[in-house]
Amino acid sequence: MVFDKVVEIIAEQLGLDSTEDITPQTSLMKDLEADSLDAVEIIMALEDEFGVEIPDEEAEKFKNIGDIASYIEENK
Amino acid sequence: MKKRVVVTGIGAITPIGIGKDDFFNALENGVSGLGPITKFDASDYDTRIAAEVKGFEPTAYIDKKEAKRMDRFTQFAVAASKLAIEDAKLDTDGIDQNRFGVVLGSGIGGIETLEKEYEKLATKGPGRVSPFFIPMMISNIGAGQVSMTFGAKGPNTTVVTACASSTNSVGEAFRIIQNGEADVMITGGAEASITPLAIAGFCAMKAMSTRNENPQKACSPFDINRDGFVMGEGAGILILEELEHAVKRGAPIYAEMVGYGMSADAYHITAPAPGGEGAARSMMNALKDAGLSPNDVDYINAHGTSTPYNDKFETLAIKSVFGQHAYELAVSSTKSMTGHLLGAAGGIEAIACIMAITKSIVPPTINLENPDPECDLDYVANKAKQKEVSVALSNSLGFGGHNATIVLKKYVR
Repeated sequence: MVFDKVVEIIAEQLGLDSTEDITPQTSLMKDLEADSLDAVEIIMALEDEFGVEIPDEEAEKFKNIGDIASYIEENK
Repeated sequence: MKKRVVVTGIGAITPIGIGKDDFFNALENGVSGLGPITKFDASDYDTRIAAEVKGFEPTAYIDKKEAKRMDRFTQFAVAASKLAIEDAKLDTDGIDQNRFGVVLGSGIGGIETLEKEYEKLATKGPGRVSPFFIPMMISNIGAGQVSMTFGAKGPNTTVVTACASSTNSVGEAFRIIQNGEADVMITGGAEASITPLAIAGFCAMKAMSTRNENPQKACSPFDINRDGFVMGEGAGILILEELEHAVKRGAPIYAEMVGYGMSADAYHITAPAPGGEGAARSMMNALKDAGLSPNDVDYINAHGTSTPYNDKFETLAIKSVFGQHAYELAVSSTKSMTGHLLGAAGGIEAIACIMAITKSIVPPTINLENPDPECDLDYVANKAKQKEVSVALSNSLGFGGHNATIVLKKYVR
């Protein structure tokens, strides 16, 4: 469930028309062409949605959307 | 030897029409774009009316993700530039992009973004301010985004001179081509400041009309009952092009741009100098630059804001420059229809001049029912008029005492 919500927020922030191809292995930067500013804004939106704090040093470790969802699951 | 400069494309996003044809039709028919403010709840404001752009869908012009990263003023700038490029039949990949530039004006920049982000700061703290706040808000981002969208890698800058911003921009773009630094320039301006903070600020200055009950009649330049300007929004973009470059690619040529002048009042932050002498100097400088005499001018698109001061002093300025000829030429304020687009005003008003030149139709000053005795020129009251226009001037006068004038002329090979 967390994963689906994360995907929804990312799609909203990046203006994606379809989320069908997004899997836990999808990379924000490499696959969805987000730049560093997009990434900051996405993290903020996720923090607001889930009421978690995602420190920069954690955010830097995320390799894909699955990592983001797992971090939120564990810390919310 | 200075290069000749022509206008080859027009892009208009205005409160009375989107695109050249709709804008021309509305100007010709004296349509008012004014109405109650719908962009926010203005019920506590002294002024509750504005000229909003209707039916503007950013994603019709801009990629969805990009549009989300732009303030409304930048969306207007990019969309109107797209319309102008299409109108000019310009293949932006087929020209020398290093000689393709942009000069855009905006008086205020991304104030809607600023207000939203400040609210986040105030309610949620500094950690919630968007990383896009700064690059969406800065006034130069319109010119930046236009260059990125269309691959314009040549001269690029932004002019911020309040309500004179886009007339100054068109003038600067003109000089860049005259001097041989670029072949094609996208120029004009964009503004989107119908926002809670901006309207509150102008209300506090008592600069805006409070005739909320009958918005379409609220803007009445040169009328004895005028009581202030009405805020508009939108963008007016021209494609300026070096003549031979335009001819070689078979571009449509609307008019030739022949002069640009500016001046400062050096007098007061908002009030015009006595006798309109600053505006007069601007017009004189523009005519001198064009190598024309006052008697050559057929039409002046006035700044004509509908404030008590502006219209009186601008009239005095016109009389001091043109003498007896002031009574023979046509003067009109298209702000009576469009409202005041601030830093985009000069852009759409240059387009109104082009309409006058190409269609021999001078757009009217609507709502001019009881002329102020101190405003006694031919303001083309209420109805457009047929008139051969060979030379047209457009004035823009900004807070800070900035005055700018451009001169457009019928194109003859």
